[in-house]
Amino acid sequence: MTDARPASVPPPPGRLRRAWQSDFLWSFRRAPVAMVSFLVVTVLVLAAVFAPLVAPHDPFNPATLNLMNGFTPPGQPNAFTGESFWLGTDDQGRDVFSTILYGMRISLFVGFSAVLLAMVLGVLLGLLAGYLGGWTETVIMRVADVQLTFPAILVAMLIFGIAKGITPPEYRDQMAIWVLILAIGLSDWVQFARVVRGATLVEKNKEYVQAARLVGRSPFAIMTRHILPNVLNPVLVIATISLALAIIAEATLSFLGVGAPPTKPSLGTLIRIGQEFMFSGEWWILFFPALTLLALALSINLLGDWLRDALNPRLR
Amino acid sequence: MPDGTGTLNPLVEVRGLKMYFPITAGVFRKKVGDVKAVDDVSFTIYEGETLGLVGESGCGKSTCGRAVLRLYEPTAGSIRIAGTEIATAGFDSLRAMRPAMQMVFQDPQASLNPRMTVAGIIGEPLDEHTTLTRKEKLARIYELMDQVGLNRDFANRYPHEFSGGQRQRIGIARALALNPRFIVCDEPIAALDVSIQAQVVNLLEELQDRLGLTYLFISHDLSMVRHIADRVAVMYLGKIVELAPRESLYGSPQHPYTQALLSAVPEPDPMVEATRRRIIIGGDVPSPANPPKGCNFCTRCPKVMDICREIDPEFREIAPGRHVACHLVTQASQTAGQAAASEASGTTEIRIQQGE
Repeated sequence: MTDARPASVPPPPGRLRRAWQSDFLWSFRRAPVAMVSFLVVTVLVLAAVFAPLVAPHDPFNPATLNLMNGFTPPGQPNAFTGESFWLGTDDQGRDVFSTILYGMRISLFVGFSAVLLAMVLGVLLGLLAGYLGGWTETVIMRVADVQLTFPAILVAMLIFGIAKGITPPEYRDQMAIWVLILAIGLSDWVQFARVVRGATLVEKNKEYVQAARLVGRSPFAIMTRHILPNVLNPVLVIATISLALAIIAEATLSFLGVGAPPTKPSLGTLIRIGQEFMFSGEWWILFFPALTLLALALSINLLGDWLRDALNPRLR
Repeated sequence: MPDGTGTLNPLVEVRGLKMYFPITAGVFRKKVGDVKAVDDVSFTIYEGETLGLVGESGCGKSTCGRAVLRLYEPTAGSIRIAGTEIATAGFDSLRAMRPAMQMVFQDPQASLNPRMTVAGIIGEPLDEHTTLTRKEKLARIYELMDQVGLNRDFANRYPHEFSGGQRQRIGIARALALNPRFIVCDEPIAALDVSIQAQVVNLLEELQDRLGLTYLFISHDLSMVRHIADRVAVMYLGKIVELAPRESLYGSPQHPYTQALLSAVPEPDPMVEATRRRIIIGGDVPSPANPPKGCNFCTRCPKVMDICREIDPEFREIAPGRHVACHLVTQASQTAGQAAASEASGTTEIRIQQGE
């Protein structure tokens, strides 16, 4: 009775086709702010990823640097060498445009990794707290509450300080980026955990979860196969907004001198270096990295805002 | 004693089932009381029959059905399905029993995972309990879809693309996937349109005939239960007050609550309706966290006696297959006088909730 029929069943419509026809893209095409933000984010991310191809100079190769090029204002030829740079140069003659591209690489890498860490940790703990309840929930959520009473940046600095204390000095610069990721990631998991726990509490009482229990599914399988796919929407929104916050947190830490080392400057490090020259007239060393950070964080945030509305069924 | 079924082979035996939910208060979640959702319930379901479980909203009938399948951890009591004790079984032995006992849920919208395809939903029990190859599994899924009257072409669709009746068919196919012997139908038709209700009930009956299934059919729809059930149990505030074969229960209800409940069934014939007398009981259902002393129904019973407020009536067999928990029935000599007296005094209004 099951001979030829299965073959006649049409395959599901192609994923691309389904995605194009979805409500999601429909609302994207009708939101100019989201489209502009998306464009800005895409251009910035691509520029950062392909920095070695895009950047006119390699700012971290001492061989190509000329100290005589220091403090060249944007767009004007240098008084000694005659070279000109779009966005000027810093005190050591590094092209500001190139340092921004390379700095953005570090900022984005730290931001993405930190959010990924926070997301994995938060979603896991949130699922456990929400689904298992009882003591597991009490412990996880009280830890979250306590952590929430400290400003995230303070928690990050604490973790950063401890990590710096236990790493041997010769590895410090190498490890700085990873410590930064760990610090920001650990300071940011609470939001994910709280939202996922709340959504899990709603989902776990739905009958499809009981049906899965009735089949004999293990709690782990129920959490990952049934509840997780149904709580991912809010997670996606928080992840986007967290990305902007993580990039700013990284910049803040680097600005305070506890983040990315000057040998591998991120946007925050560039801003810190730049602010030393702000009052001596070399405004461009500070201004352009700061503007890039603003554009990046603002676009990601606006994109997150739109995503929140687009994924909210009540606003459709 | 089942009507119409020849064998008397008990498949499900529930004895003294209690399901209490703790009420906690304060920071340390200290227990301050219990909601007695199911309080000392006993019944037997024979192989191949349908036991209807009726009662108003919040009387514990759904909780009872779920506790029987160990979706909740029962507080006390014994549940034996096909001779295996379910109430105290560990995770692994319970898992081994899962294929034999399944459930059809009330809300076909909530009982299907919105992120899984129909094939994924129906195939999940097969993933968990069988080692079929992909092809065999697909063949079984198609077979199940045929059985419940779903078009095979819909296998890759998602639940939101279906109507309520079709979704309920998906839920039934999932319940059937592992060839269960016993299915708890938890208000399977309550969320459906009336026209669809009949289709789903007919499907359930047809599957019962074909596959020899045993049902616990939970519902608040008394006419539907009369249609599908062989025997009927009436629940009030966590207890079964009357359990009898269908015809005798609908024909001559013994418990005052059953009488009142049955008098609330809508009558399609206006001529009959005009002459019919409804028994209207006053007040509200007491809180299951604080049930009255004595008989649970004593606060609202039109035929209440002094003894009802003191002693909880025993659930006993008054005739073969007829069980009632009421002092009136056991003290037959007093019945006539008491009933007349309380009916003469008349009762204030109101309703027996029938829907949810």
